[in-house]
Amino acid sequence: MSTLAQKKGFGATIWDYLTTVDHKKIAILYLIAGGFFFLVGGLEAMFIRVQLAVPNNDFVSAGLYNEILTMHGTTMIFLAAMPLVFAFMNAIMPLQIGARDVAFPFLNSLGFWLFFFGGVFLNLSWFLGGAPDAGWTSYASLSLASEGHGIDFYVLGLQISGAGTLIGGINFLVTIINMRAPGMTYMRMPMFTWATFVTSALILFAFPPLTIGLFLMLFDRMFGANFFDPTMGGNTIIWEHFFWIFGHPEVYILILPAFGIFSEIFAIFSRKRLFGYSSMVFATVLIGFLGFMVWAHHMFTTGMGPIANAIFAVATMAIAVPTGIKIFNWLFTMWGGSIQFTTPMMYAVAFIPSFTMGGVTGVMLASAAQDYQYHDSYFVVAHFHYVIVGGVVFALLAGTHLYWPKMFGTMLNEKMGKWTFWLFLIGFHLTFFIQHFLGLWGMPRRIFTFNEGQGLDAANAVSTVGAFFMAVSTIILLINIIMTSIKNEKVGSDPWGDGRTLEWAIPSPPPFYNFKQLPLVRGLDALWIEKMEGKKGMTPAEPLGDIHMPNNSIIPFVMSSGLFVAAFGAMYHADEGNTWGIPVLIIGLLITLGSMLVRSVKDDHGYHIHKEELVDDDDKGVKA
Amino acid sequence: MQAEEKFTNETWPASPEKQTLEAKNKFLGFWFFLGGETVLFASLFATYLALKDKVPNSEMSLAKDLFEMPLVFAMTMILLTSSLTSVYAMYHMKNFNFGKMQLWIAITVLLGLVFLGLEIYEFNHYVHEFGHTFTSSAFGSAFYTLVGFHGAHVAFGLMWFIALMIRNGKRGLNLYNAPKYYVASLYWHFIDVVWVFIFTVVYLMGMVG
Repeated sequence: MSTLAQKKGFGATIWDYLTTVDHKKIAILYLIAGGFFFLVGGLEAMFIRVQLAVPNNDFVSAGLYNEILTMHGTTMIFLAAMPLVFAFMNAIMPLQIGARDVAFPFLNSLGFWLFFFGGVFLNLSWFLGGAPDAGWTSYASLSLASEGHGIDFYVLGLQISGAGTLIGGINFLVTIINMRAPGMTYMRMPMFTWATFVTSALILFAFPPLTIGLFLMLFDRMFGANFFDPTMGGNTIIWEHFFWIFGHPEVYILILPAFGIFSEIFAIFSRKRLFGYSSMVFATVLIGFLGFMVWAHHMFTTGMGPIANAIFAVATMAIAVPTGIKIFNWLFTMWGGSIQFTTPMMYAVAFIPSFTMGGVTGVMLASAAQDYQYHDSYFVVAHFHYVIVGGVVFALLAGTHLYWPKMFGTMLNEKMGKWTFWLFLIGFHLTFFIQHFLGLWGMPRRIFTFNEGQGLDAANAVSTVGAFFMAVSTIILLINIIMTSIKNEKVGSDPWGDGRTLEWAIPSPPPFYNFKQLPLVRGLDALWIEKMEGKKGMTPAEPLGDIHMPNNSIIPFVMSSGLFVAAFGAMYHADEGNTWGIPVLIIGLLITLGSMLVRSVKDDHGYHIHKEELVDDDDKGVKA
Repeated sequence: MQAEEKFTNETWPASPEKQTLEAKNKFLGFWFFLGGETVLFASLFATYLALKDKVPNSEMSLAKDLFEMPLVFAMTMILLTSSLTSVYAMYHMKNFNFGKMQLWIAITVLLGLVFLGLEIYEFNHYVHEFGHTFTSSAFGSAFYTLVGFHGAHVAFGLMWFIALMIRNGKRGLNLYNAPKYYVASLYWHFIDVVWVFIFTVVYLMGMVG
C-alpha cells in the first residue's frame, strides 16, 4: 500500500511495521486492525440478522446466538470503533497542530500492540471453548454464572486492550499541550484536534473505573474473590456502576471525534469557516464534562430510587443542549457556502438527520419514567444504533474517504464511494428505523428468536434486508480500496482542493518527519489564510535545521506479548488440576516487566536527520 | 540543549527535570498518568467502602476487630518519612550533587522495604490470627485488593528506584536521567498520598467502627 512496501522486501516491511514508532504508520496499523475487527463484528451482525429474519429460526442455537451477540457489541465498540477513531487521531492530529510526531512515539507503538494483543486474545475465545455470552455489558450476576472461559476471555482481553487505550489518551493530551507549532494557540486548533483533546481527557478518567471493574471480575472468576457474590457479602451492582461510569463517557469518546471529523468536512466542502467555532469548542468541552454525570441513566430500572433517577434524567437531557448547538453550527456552516457533494460531504449531510433522530430517542429514554417502558426492548437497540452507526460509523466512513489521500497518497474512487454511501444510508435506515417500532410492539432485546403471529415477522424481515444493504456497501468499499491501491495514482498535498488546515500543506503521504520546517500559524484554518493571500504554502517559523527523530523499537511488541501470555496463565489456572497456570502467568508478567526494565536502562537518544539531507529532498517536492 | 551534554555545578539548570522537550513531555505525561491512577484508587476506595464489614456470617472478624494502631501508625510514619527523604534526594539533584542524591534515594528505598515488610507481616497476621483472607468474604476481597494494590505500587516504585540507582551509578547526572529520577520521586509521593487516604479511610474509620 505504501511506496515503502515496493522498495523493500516483504520481511523488511513487516519488521518495519512491528517496530515503527511513526504516528503515520501506527495510524495505518490501527486502520488495518480496526478495519479487520469491523468486518468481524459486521459478520457477527449479519448472523444476528439472519437468525432473526424469520420466526422460530434455527440458523444458530440459542447459546451460540448469545456469544455472537456479545461479541458483536464488544468487538464493534472496543476493537473496531475505538481503534478506527485512534487511526484518524494518529494520522491527522499531529499534522493539524504542526508537530513532527506525538509526544511519546514509543508509547504510541505500545498502545497499539496492547490493543492488538487484547483484541486477538478476545477473539481467540471462538477457537478455545466458546466466546463470552453475557452481553457486551457483562453484568456480574449473569457473567459470574457463565460456564467455560468465555467471560475470562472478555475480562482479560479488554484489560489488555484498555491499557493500550489509556496510554494513547495520555499521549495525545501531552502532544496537544506541548507540541503545537509556533502560533498554534488553543483557539486556533482545528475542531478535530479539539475533539481529540477532549476525548483523550475522557479516556484518561473513564478507563480506570473499567480497569478496576475488570480486575474485580477477574479476581472473582479466577482467584476466588467475592466482590459480586451476595452470599459472601458482595454486591453485584458495583459492576454496573463501574461499567457505566466507564461506559457512558465511552460513547462520547466515540462520538466527539466523529463530530470533529464532520466539522472538518463541513468547513472544507462548504468552502467556509466553521460557523461558531468558539461555541463548538465550548460545546465539545461541555459534552465531555456532562458525559461523566449521567452514567446511571443506564440503570434506571436497577432500583436506585426516584431521587437518583430524577437527577440523572435531568443531567442526561441537559446534554441535548450542547449537542443542539453543534447541529445548528453545522447547518449554518453550510448556509451560504459553495457546497460540493463529495463522498465525505454526503456522509456529513446524511449524518445530521440520522444522528438527530438518535438524539431525540435519547431524550425520550432519558426520561426515567418512560424508560421503564423502553428498557431492554428493541427501542433501545434502535436508539444506540442510530447514534453509533448514524454518528460514529458515518464519520469513520467519511473520514476514510476524506483522509485516504493524506494517509496513502491516492484518492478513493468517488463513484464507488457514492455507491457505498447510498447503499449504507438506505440499509442503515431500513435496518434500524423499524426496530423502534419492534421495541414499542414489545420485542425484547437479546432474544435469539420469536414466535409467529405476534406481529413481529414483517418488521424483522425488513430489518434483515437492510443489513444486507450495509453488507453489500461494505464489500463495495473493500473493492474500492483494493482497486485504488492497485492503480495507486499519486495526488498532491491538497487533493480535495479546499483543504483549510495544516495537514493539507504537506505532501501526501507526508515525509516521515512531517514538516521540514515548522509552519508559522497565523490564525484558525492556517492554510486557508495563506491561500487567501495568494501564497502557495505555509510560511516557515524556523530556519532549516537538523531534525531529531526517535528510534524504532521492538520492545512495545514484546512488552504487549508478555501480557498476552500472562492472560492465558491467569485464565487456565482456575481449572481443576491445572498446574501450569501460575507459572505461565509469572513468566508472562516477567516478560512485560523485563521489557520495561530494558527500556529503562537502555539509553535511547534517537537520531538526527541532517540539514543537508533535507535540502536534497527538495527535488521530491517536499516543502514546509 | 542536548540531553547528553556534560554539566558542572555552575551550568546545571535550575529545573533539570523539564529542560528538554522530551523531559517536558515526560513531566506532563506523568502528571496525567497520576490523574488516571487517582481515579483508579478512587474506584478501589469506593469498592472498599461499599463492601466494608460485609461478611457472610456473624463469626467473622470486622474492621474494628482487626486493626491495631501501633502497627499501622508505624507504617504510616515510615512511609511519610520516605517521602521526605525522596524530597531531599530531589533537592540534591537540583544542586547537582549526585552522590547525596543517590544516598537519599537509597534511604528512601530502605524505608520502603521496611514498610513493605511490615505490610506483609500485617497481612500474615490477619490471615492466621483472624482467618481474614482474600476469599473469606467480600470485605476480605475489598480490603486486600485496595491495600494490596497500594502495596504492589510500593513494590514497583522500589524496583524503579533500584533500577535507576544501579543504571546511573557510574555516570552521574545529566539532562537525560534527571527527569527519570524526578518522575520516579513524583510516583513515590503519589503512593504516599494514597497511603494517607488508606490510613484514614481503612484504618482510622475502621477502628472507630
